[in-house]
Amino acid sequence: MSALLEVNNLKVRVEDREILHGLTLTVNKGQVHAIMGPNGSGKSTLSHVIAGKPGYEVTDGEILFEGDDLLAMEPDERAAKGVFLAFQYPVEIPGVATMNFLRTALNAQRKARGEAEMSTPDFLKKVREVCTRLNIPQDMLKRGVNVGFSGGEKKRNEVLQMALFEPSLCILDEMDSGLDIDALRIAADGVNALRTPDRGFVVITHYQRLLNYIVPDVVHVMSHGRVVKSGGKELALELEESGYAQFEDKAA
Amino acid sequence: MPAVQETVDRVRQIDVDQYRYGFETLIESEKAPKGLDEDTVRFISAKKDEPAWMLEWRLEAFRRWQTMAEPTWARVDYPKIDYQDLYYYAAPKQTKALASLDEVDPEILRTYEKLGISLREQEILAGVVRPDGEGAPEERRVAVDAVFDSVSVATTFQAELKKAGVIFMPISHAIREHPELVQKYLGSVVPTSDNFFATLNSAVFSDGSFVYVPPGVRCPMELSTYFRINEKNTGQFERTLIIADKGAYVSYLEGCTAPQRDENQLHAAVVELIAHDDAEIKYSTVQNWYPGNSEGQGGIYNFVTKRGDCRGRNSKISWTQVETGSAITWKYPSCILRGDNSRGEFYSIAISNGYQQVDSGTKMIHLGKNTTSRVISKGIAAGKSQNTYRGLISAHRKATGARNFTACDSLLIGDKCGAHTVPYVEAKNSSALFEHEATTSKISEDVLFYCVQRGLSQEEAVGLVVNGFVKDVLQQLPMEFAVEAQKLISISLEGSVG
Ligand SMILES: Nc1ncnc2c1ncn2[C@@H]1O[C@H](COP(=O)(O)OP(=O)(O)O)[C@@H](O)[C@H]1O
Ligand SMILES: [Mg+2]
Repeated sequence: MSALLEVNNLKVRVEDREILHGLTLTVNKGQVHAIMGPNGSGKSTLSHVIAGKPGYEVTDGEILFEGDDLLAMEPDERAAKGVFLAFQYPVEIPGVATMNFLRTALNAQRKARGEAEMSTPDFLKKVREVCTRLNIPQDMLKRGVNVGFSGGEKKRNEVLQMALFEPSLCILDEMDSGLDIDALRIAADGVNALRTPDRGFVVITHYQRLLNYIVPDVVHVMSHGRVVKSGGKELALELEESGYAQFEDKAA
Repeated sequence: MPAVQETVDRVRQIDVDQYRYGFETLIESEKAPKGLDEDTVRFISAKKDEPAWMLEWRLEAFRRWQTMAEPTWARVDYPKIDYQDLYYYAAPKQTKALASLDEVDPEILRTYEKLGISLREQEILAGVVRPDGEGAPEERRVAVDAVFDSVSVATTFQAELKKAGVIFMPISHAIREHPELVQKYLGSVVPTSDNFFATLNSAVFSDGSFVYVPPGVRCPMELSTYFRINEKNTGQFERTLIIADKGAYVSYLEGCTAPQRDENQLHAAVVELIAHDDAEIKYSTVQNWYPGNSEGQGGIYNFVTKRGDCRGRNSKISWTQVETGSAITWKYPSCILRGDNSRGEFYSIAISNGYQQVDSGTKMIHLGKNTTSRVISKGIAAGKSQNTYRGLISAHRKATGARNFTACDSLLIGDKCGAHTVPYVEAKNSSALFEHEATTSKISEDVLFYCVQRGLSQEEAVGLVVNGFVKDVLQQLPMEFAVEAQKLISISLEGSVG
């Protein structure tokens, strides 16, 4: 098994405050890693730094993606290389039709990889197929990106993009928040359909529930900017019973 | 370096040196001597072979102009203009009495080609299959009048327009060929005494377009004029006059570009529109004069008076503008809603980057009963630019049932620019109903990052977000130009964000 993502001793500051204090994590191809932890433990921060969001200062450590220095790459370059982040809070882009956005983004990625633009019929066919699978009405794609979407629609739109762009590393930040059980199942099915031996997943969640649908290979517990415990999928169940308090104490 | 910092730094660099139309065309030209006096006015009038009444009209304007002072109320700041240090007339040599496009200097044609404007009818017609005469073609076509410095060099589709009864020609020709129409309407919306720049224009205007659409005629194609300033130190003073007679309809678009130069150039145009009973005029502008470089040097000073007169009942005038160029923009396309039930519209996208200063907006003057107006303004400020919306909505005592809706949205990119909204409202009639909405927001880093995470570059992301922001206005442009305008918007914002 070869490593897809290697995070080594990562230290990150936001506005002069250290949020991640030397975090280490390796995701191999074909694996699903779950990251669990209380609010404020730094889960979103980790996902943002991997994706290259501005405003974070990496003071130590490294992130390798397929062996390459990820931190040296521009965020759009990372996207084209196959890093995808499904946001905890997807933003709205008024006046930009979702369909147009999907196409612009897909072609930007293809262009960056030196591939030809996808033809309109091929693109439409692919979108239609993915929409059907994720139970997304095509009408939704005529609306502005996430504008007036319900919480569930926004999350499904994230999974739709993931399915369309076919990234090799998928980071899902609290995909389950705001989803009812049916929507959760559909979204999880969408994710499971993408599970291949070449692809890796980092599933960030506060609750164990999501992991009933997306079954992880490895579970990490994060607290105060560090991974404090790692284990198999049973660790999630254990946490469900005992809660995060034990780790809070340990880190404090 | 964290990307936020990078963004801020890039904005500080203000790189507007990406102007795509900054080439110069090397052609021989004939100029009036530098400076402005009565002889300059006589020189221009003589060059144009004008009748005596026209010269008198100009001279009267010139005399009045000498008594006037430059207005200072706009939020724009520029060094004093030396009106004696300018050329007021420049013409590409040997353009008199061209029998056909083949006689146009190939250099000029090449210029328009570079700008993406096809003047040759055969080229325009190339992709269009249609039997001569009957049967309107599926594809929409555009008749083009091209004005190079002070003269019109080519007008296309003359014959076909003539058949429909539409007059579309350089105003210099109309003065000779249709003096009764020109005399009746010229200065009837923007009088020679109107304001400093309009009065100057009245004295020295060189060329521009004239359109007359007879009663009941729907102009069979889009009309369009491309203005190009090429000569150094030369002011451009074009004059456009459009009349839609009873029940007529016309859609007209103007485009403007200029070469890159270190000095500032003056552009002071006047546009007059007249809509009679049940007539409609749609006037669109894509203004991309040279905005100056990243140090704020050079660029066009754009002082323009545009006004439409809804003279007849149920008439309608709609202004749509995409303003991306010029160092200084001073421009308020307005509507006088004189006819009962008449309607005025103003849709505006004004983008400023680098050191550009925009003070633009509209005036909706409600005089007739049940007149309505709608104003949608989208201002985008980046770099170190200043972007002001200035609007007046007024209802006369007799304008019962006047209605206006105004929405002004401003978007700021970076923290070195400014957006300002200056609305004036005067309702002398208690039944008038005026609504005003205004918002100002900063372009969201989170939105930009979302786009970038999906593979768009920063610049593409800004272009996409801004195009979304202005969508309501873009939709008002004729289809042919909407795509062009969309690209232009992205280009003008290049370098605005890291
Ligand atoms: N932009 C920011 N500015 C200041 N503090 C931040 C910022 N983003 C996150 N933090 C802080 O970093 C810590 C981790 O936040 P986050 O990564 O969102 O945690 P989680 O996703 O695990 O809930 C919190 O204490 C939060 O307040
Ligand atoms: Mg979070």
